[in-house]
Parts: sequence; structure tokens; C-alpha cells
Amino acid sequence: MVTIAAEQRANREFQRPRGPQPTRGYRVFQAVNAVILTMVVVVTLYPFANIIARSFSATSYIRTGQVNLWPRGFNLTTYGYVMSDSTFWINYRNTVIYTIVATLIAMVLTTCYAYVLSKKHLKGRSLLIFVAVFTMFFNGGLIPNYVLISSLGFRNTIWAIVLPNAISVFNLLVMKAFFESQPPDLEEAGSVDGLNTYGILLRVVLPLSKAVIATMVLFYSVTFWNSWFQAFLYLDRKELFPVTIYLRNLLAGSAATSDPGATSDVSLQTAANIQAVAIVLTALPIMFVYPFIQRYFVSGVMLGSVKG
Amino acid sequence: MALAATPEPLKPRRDGSVYPEPPATPIRPRSHTWRRALRRDWQLYSLAVLPLVFFLIFRYLPMAGNVIAFRRYFPGGNLFGEEWVGLQYFMMFLNDPTFWRVFTNTLILGSLTLLFLFPAPIILALLLNEVRTRYLKRFVQTISYLPHFLSIVVVAGIIFQTLSIDGVVNQAIQATGNEPIPFLRQSEWFRTIYISSEMWQTLGWGTILYLAALTTIDPNLYEAARIDGANRWKQTWHVTLPGIRPTIVTLLVLNTGTFMAVGFEKILLIYNPLTYETADVIATYVYRVGVQSGFFSYAAAIGMFEALIGLILVFSVNAIARRTVGTSLW
Repeated sequence: MVTIAAEQRANREFQRPRGPQPTRGYRVFQAVNAVILTMVVVVTLYPFANIIARSFSATSYIRTGQVNLWPRGFNLTTYGYVMSDSTFWINYRNTVIYTIVATLIAMVLTTCYAYVLSKKHLKGRSLLIFVAVFTMFFNGGLIPNYVLISSLGFRNTIWAIVLPNAISVFNLLVMKAFFESQPPDLEEAGSVDGLNTYGILLRVVLPLSKAVIATMVLFYSVTFWNSWFQAFLYLDRKELFPVTIYLRNLLAGSAATSDPGATSDVSLQTAANIQAVAIVLTALPIMFVYPFIQRYFVSGVMLGSVKG
Repeated sequence: MALAATPEPLKPRRDGSVYPEPPATPIRPRSHTWRRALRRDWQLYSLAVLPLVFFLIFRYLPMAGNVIAFRRYFPGGNLFGEEWVGLQYFMMFLNDPTFWRVFTNTLILGSLTLLFLFPAPIILALLLNEVRTRYLKRFVQTISYLPHFLSIVVVAGIIFQTLSIDGVVNQAIQATGNEPIPFLRQSEWFRTIYISSEMWQTLGWGTILYLAALTTIDPNLYEAARIDGANRWKQTWHVTLPGIRPTIVTLLVLNTGTFMAVGFEKILLIYNPLTYETADVIATYVYRVGVQSGFFSYAAAIGMFEALIGLILVFSVNAIARRTVGTSLW
């Protein structure tokens, strides 16, 4: 261990050489660079901070444009208002259900297919890979998809949300790459012990793939949690909407007004306040888990891009 | 998997003796192999059945469904239309002034996207690469990834809230003594709003692949450049940029693939009849004509046209990249 640490230290010192003395020009550059990166951070976070502040503010302060980064006239009335709306909770529950069901279906299909594709000796393997990868570059387009889902009778059912995007080819390739990187010894031992293919997959491969399974579950669940367009196309009934559609309808209600005088409209302003709260509540779960999950996403992207 | 026709070369062992390598796959007669493969691997094949059914129904059937662009289709009727009408629908949209408006808008937004959103992550990655303090670099990265994880609807909400008459942008405008601007109701502002919000959401996430490519550059090259008297700027120009050139080209080709399909979902959320003039693109027009008004065949024809242009673009950019830089997707 000592030698490894020493080696690492040596490596670290062998990173990009700094040169004898950074020139004055370079020091100026470093300062400018720090300013630019600070700007990036501030610009990224500013809208968030502003919307959180607005969601806690009194309508009168919002309407007069006095809310910036800190709530004015702090109150929880709007939160109370949104949370007492039963539709909001029904939609929130729908989002949870859709996300769980869709992720489950997606995981079963993706895992099965990725495992099959990872078997290099399999006859017809390249054809099976082609079937998947081809869909990355070609898709039917909006209208044929819409006609198909409608003809299948999926309108106003959960299937319109959870089935059409069940397999993401990118995730499939990430998972396939993982399975291919596993040593075959344990699987061989499993088959010597009399397990068939299903047994090997369930009892040998999956327990060893917890990391990649967790990453894939994250990928899929964030995607399904955030999705809205499928629901927008195929669901008309309020009690089936996911929360993204709830928020979308709030936005559409206020954005569609073409009346320039609408700015003095109290109800519209209240709507702006409700919007802020709905935005915060919709994004909250993602914001909450984000710090813990982002590195998995980064590693997944790397893996997928190398193979994909 | 083609079998090697030439015998394997002999490899010397560590002790110097030489032995022939066994062939990678045993050579079998061509007949019966499928039957044998099925008998041996039927369980593996059975695992592939459901995913294949998925691809067939939800991916390949819609591709075939594009045939309704050439046939008269009635909602509730035959999935593939009733009768051939040839290129009638294509002729129709070529004579449709609205089509040319959305076509122009698509090209403009696509070009602006390529012009502003493609180089930005490269520049940010280069800047991050110069940061010596590790935890500072990681902090900036973590923050800048965040918008990528938000739903498009949330982003649209943030746009509405930030740009409203009482929003922070108009507060700043009023602080300098100007009249507030109703951004989302003025078509001349739409492109600016679209590009900057897209930048806000994709900038950080776009740097990941470039930062990964930057770590693979051999430090000796910098050392050599420095000894040759190159300053930091020249090192970046002659060592760093050539080092990430393959990544840049690959992503450029991929980006042209999505050139025509500009941020359709976002536009659908933030445009309105007042901003159609600049905001309406092919994809949103297809949605309105097909899904909202029910002219499925007509909309499918426009959609096919869009896909075709996208394909031609990808293939030509790929060919250009292969000839000039030597990196390409295929």
C-alpha cells in the first residue's frame, strides 16, 4: 500500500507541468477565469433562488416586482393552497406510480436484452444489436407514433406512459458494456452447478451487478419522473395526469393570455405565485436526490459514450 | 463474426517454446448451425423475445406507419391508410406558406443552436481545465450539471417566472430606468430566450465528455511544447485542442443529427400565437396540424420531409468530417 501511495504522489506531481514561473499574463488569465466560472455558478443558481423566494412571498410584493433573492412578506399561504388541492396530490401520486411501473418494465426488458447481447458466442448477436442501435438514428416520427398508440387503445391508460419508451438504447448499451466486462468464471461455475441460463442470470449475474442496476434505475426514474409529453398527448382526464401536466396547465393558463392589460389582473398574479410553488414542489425530489446521484450519471455517460 | 481464414501466427511462450494458438471459435460446418444454436441457447433467445416485441411494435411499426404520408388515412380506420394518393400531401405542404415559415424558423433556430450551444461547453471545459484547485473545479461542475436534471416543464416555468413583467430581468431593466418588456409576448425576443435558456440547461452537462477527453492527453506533450518555448495559450492551441479534436468532431456530427429537431418540447411549452412568427418550427407545426387538427397524412408528410433533411445533413457532415479531419461516426 505504501508503494501505491508513493506512486500516486509521483503521478500527481507528473501532472501538467506548471513551468518555471507563471507569467503575469497567465496570472491575469487565472483571475479572469475565476470571475467567468463564478458567473456560471451564479447564473445557474440565480433563477432557482429567485423562484424559491417568490414561492414564499406575499402576492402584493411579487406583483410590484420587489422579490429578488429573499422572500418579501414571508408566508406559507400559497403552499397551503396548492397542497390543499386534491388534484395536485392525485397527480403527484400518479407521477410516483408511473415512474415506478415504467422503471420496473424498463429494467426487466433492458436487463434481459443487455444480457443476451453481452453473450459474444450467440448466433445472430450482431443482428440483435443492429435492431436496437438502428432505432437510435431512425424513429417513426410523431404522427405515426400517435396513430399507433391511439389504435392500440392506449389513450387514457397507464400503458401510453409506461410502454412506448420502455427501452432506452443508450442505457441498453451501458448495461451491455458492463455485462461484457464481467469475468465469465462465475457464470461457468454456475452452469457446472447445474443452473440453467435463467438461474445464472438471477442468482449469479444480477447479485454481482448491483452497481449498474442502481445506475440504470436512476437513469430511468429521473427520465420518467421528468417526462410530460407522452401524458400530454394521450391523457385527457385530470385524475390521470402526472404532476408535470399539472404544472404545465398552470403555465398554459397564464401564458396564453395575449391581453397586455393582464398584468394588473390579480388572479393572474396569484397564478404566478402558485406557479412558483408548483415549480418548487415538482422539482423538489430531483433537487433533493441530485447531490447523491449526479456522479453515477457522469460515470454512466462516460461508459455509454465509449461504447456507444 | 467472421472466422479468420489464415492460420494463427505462432506466439513464443515466456520460456521460448512455440505452440499454435487454438482457433478462437471452433470451425463448424455451415449447415445445422442455426438449429444447433437454437438447441444450445434457446433460453438466451427466449430472454430476447419481449424486448424484440417491444422494438417491433413501438419502433419499427411507426416507421412503417409513415406510409400514411402517401395514403389517405381516416382516424379509426386502417392503421396504414385506405388508398394511395401518391405525393399529393407533399405537393400540398410545398404550396403552404405556413410550411415555409416554420421551415425557415427551424433552420434559423438550428443554426443559432449550432453557433452558440455547440462551442460553449468546449470553452467552459477548457476554462475548467485551467483551474488548479481540485475541489473548486468539482464545485463548479456539480452546480452546472444541475439544470440538466430538471423536467422541461420546470425549465419552462422558470423561464415564465424569470421573464414575467414582475420578474428579476424586468426588475433590472426598470432599475436602469427603462420600461418593462413583456418578453414572452414579443416574437423578436423569442430566439434570444430560446438560445439562452437552452444554454442555461445544457452548458454544464455538455462539458463532461470534453473534460474526460482532456484527461487523456499525454502530459509529456505539454512538457515538450513548453521546452519548445510555447506559452500557455500556444500549448492550448497546439496540444489541447488537437487532443480533443476527435471528441469535438463526433459530437458535431451527432449535433447535426438533431439539427432539425430543435427543442420541440420546450417550444411547445413557451410559445404562443403571438410568437408563432419566430417560434413556430416544423415539429410544432406537425403537432398542431396532426394531433390538434387531425390532418394525419398531411402532418406525416411534413414529418417525413423533416426527417429526410436531418438524414441528409448527418450523412454530409459525417462525410465532410471523414475527408477533412479523418474522424467520423462511420
